[in-house]
Amino acid sequence: MSEPLLTVKNLSVDFHTARGTVNAVKNVSWSVGRGETLAILGESGSGKSVSANAVMNLLDIPPAEIVSGEIFYEGEDLLKVSYEKHRALNGKKIAMIFQDPLGHLNPVYTVGWQIIEMMTAHGRPADMARARALELVTRVGIPEPEKAMHKYPHQFSGGQRQRLMIAMALMLKPDILIADEPTTALDVTIQAEVLALLKELQAETGMALVLITHDLGVVAEIADRVVVMNKGEIVEEGVTRDVYHNAQHPYTRKLIDAAPGKGEIKLLDKAAPLLLDAKKLCKTYGKFAALKDVSLTLARGQSLAVVGESGSGKSTLARTLLRLEEADSGEALWKGRDLITMGRSELLGVRRQIQMVFQDPTQSLNPRMSVYQLIAEGWDIHKLMPDRSKRRARVIELLEQVGLSPEHVDRYPHQFSGGQRQRIAIARALALEPELIICDEAVSALDVSIQAQVIALLDGLRQRLGISFLFIAHDLGVVRDFADTVIVMKSGEIVEYGPTAQIFDAPQQPYTQRLLAANLDPDPDVQAQRRAALIHA
Amino acid sequence: MTKMIGQRAIASLLSLLGLMILVFFLSRLTGDPAVLFLPIDATEEMKQQFRALHGLDLPLIEQFGRYVLDLLQLDFGESLRKARPAIDVVLEAYAWTLPLALITMGLVVTSAIILGSLAAFNVGGFFDRLVSIVSLIGASAPDFWIAIVAIVVFSIGLGWVPTSGVGTPMHWVLPIAVLFIRPFGLVVQVVRGSMISALGAPYVKTARAKGVKNLPLIFVHTLRNGMLPVITVIGDQAAALLNGAVIVETIFGFPGVGKLMIDSILQRDFNVVLAAIMVTAVAIFIMNILIDLAYGLLDPRIRN
Repeated sequence: MSEPLLTVKNLSVDFHTARGTVNAVKNVSWSVGRGETLAILGESGSGKSVSANAVMNLLDIPPAEIVSGEIFYEGEDLLKVSYEKHRALNGKKIAMIFQDPLGHLNPVYTVGWQIIEMMTAHGRPADMARARALELVTRVGIPEPEKAMHKYPHQFSGGQRQRLMIAMALMLKPDILIADEPTTALDVTIQAEVLALLKELQAETGMALVLITHDLGVVAEIADRVVVMNKGEIVEEGVTRDVYHNAQHPYTRKLIDAAPGKGEIKLLDKAAPLLLDAKKLCKTYGKFAALKDVSLTLARGQSLAVVGESGSGKSTLARTLLRLEEADSGEALWKGRDLITMGRSELLGVRRQIQMVFQDPTQSLNPRMSVYQLIAEGWDIHKLMPDRSKRRARVIELLEQVGLSPEHVDRYPHQFSGGQRQRIAIARALALEPELIICDEAVSALDVSIQAQVIALLDGLRQRLGISFLFIAHDLGVVRDFADTVIVMKSGEIVEYGPTAQIFDAPQQPYTQRLLAANLDPDPDVQAQRRAALIHA
Repeated sequence: MTKMIGQRAIASLLSLLGLMILVFFLSRLTGDPAVLFLPIDATEEMKQQFRALHGLDLPLIEQFGRYVLDLLQLDFGESLRKARPAIDVVLEAYAWTLPLALITMGLVVTSAIILGSLAAFNVGGFFDRLVSIVSLIGASAPDFWIAIVAIVVFSIGLGWVPTSGVGTPMHWVLPIAVLFIRPFGLVVQVVRGSMISALGAPYVKTARAKGVKNLPLIFVHTLRNGMLPVITVIGDQAAALLNGAVIVETIFGFPGVGKLMIDSILQRDFNVVLAAIMVTAVAIFIMNILIDLAYGLLDPRIRN
């Protein structure tokens, strides 16, 4: 490695909160050189973003406190320079892009104004800034760049917004670009495009790239070196390939092993009785067709995955089957009775049999209800378990079934971690002894290691209790591990539908092939091969 | 946008109609103007004559019918007391109230935005605490009390400004100052709260990462977002001032629409009361439209 451009040395940061002091990062050291890509890998709460925020002077002090450490850039300690000097470096020498480009772009100003401001804020003349902005907006691949400059952030797609953020960050040709989860909110195909763009731009400008991520696939695709963080400390660092193939620390090993998509593919039990038979479901919102002639069947104990990019109609399909949305036409036979035309009282009975687990357990669990109340509420709605004295024992039984313990019964959702909360949501669904559980991105918000546990839990329930799953997901690795059948959707239509093995090993449709190709493998060698193949093709 | 204004106009016309019916009949409940206008020793004959002259002897429903017919021709009737068209009397008073309201609100909005934003930027600091205390006192102090204390101190005690009336610019100082206090206190607190949450938004982090200086960070990046909830409160306060600051105008003998309304009610000058209420309602309607337009102007997301 050449002379490091930016060096973080023994940085420790505390957060003083109402509940006490948290050591957000402890003795963290890393450095990045010109033209190099360093990934900071970690799960939520690992402190992976803290050091980057310290580099940019973006920590809120208080509650944050920099306890010790140095950050060297061009021979100066950034933690000691004046506020004004640090401000002048931000954007000009070190730029940053963020996870959620919709939230991180100002909603009330045009993107052109915001991109130009990157230069005018550092004293460059406006006409020069305008020319440079137009050049970059064109370079990052925004269609009709002249017009795009006058549009507002909400008028672009997620991928375009991230491209615009990148254009803004590169206005002053910074030495270092820090990207904090830049592709986490994007679809896989868009993620691949954005990562490729970052790499191209890095090659053109020779800038250093610091990429903060939780995704091993992103690391494999783009990083030269990686530091792995856990609970505020760096547990391992090195060249990406070495770390992947020869991880020393148990945490790194656990992270690599937990990466989905490596297990044995499940086979469909063809003898199982049919539970759901949906035919030609259609749903439009105004002129927009959300579902176009969608047909599917689901047998007892089957796990059917629906994959597709955002806006493909996955969630509309689930909502239509639950009658949270009314289908325009088509039928959905649940044990021979049509869900779409069913009367209210009959529907209530069926709703007990079909339960749903949502993406974000923080939002889907009422924060003011205890675990007991959350789980037992369904019994009141459906007039089950009339003997209240037995309810508590049953709730405890359910908690144990999802891997929680009896003492959790009177706690409230905020006292649990994200993974535990999702277990509560699953226990709530199980309380009504459903025959089908619809999981709408139920594991997407969870860390990889937790994700693997929840998937194993769901699969155990499927095998032991014979519950069927309709599993909506965008993460192909997870789908490969969990589903026996896969539906690929695009623009409200089914593109491909078949056994998991066939979809993953021999996809027929170009769209499915593209989706699979864009899915990142945690193995850097596999990714390198795919890249080579792509260039070759 | 034109559609929105059209819908608003229709809704406002309906409520204007309801208001007119309500005020017309309620004001008749206050008693007979003839008793108040004629000398105490006037004979019943004279009173009859007076009523016949002003159409007050007709059945109530017929009086209302005539009133509505006149109104459709924009004729608000005569003022009993001043023997001039009621609308002229009202518009004359508005010529006083409107500048009073505009100057006061202008000062309120400018100072509240600047102070509230700076307080929000430094939450918990000395300046923030000072602004919070001052605005809390302002928002909760009764204006009639402040008006009287101000007269005692600044007019009678120090002799800096006249006690009441109009004529010189100095006559405007106390009414404006007293009217300023309460809306200022309220708007500062709303600005501060709104700016605190807006300053925590991700796009502010982006601006800091871009190296934007603090003043544009607050007043360019954040303020426009933070203003959205503030606008509603500003409109509400401005409406109260347009209504005529009844108490303050009365105390300072300021010939605005608030004082006119009180006087006209006491004198049973029904036509003036009705005209004043109608004109105020129209003014508030126009202001609501302006607020909707301001929303669209500030936030591109709600333009369509």
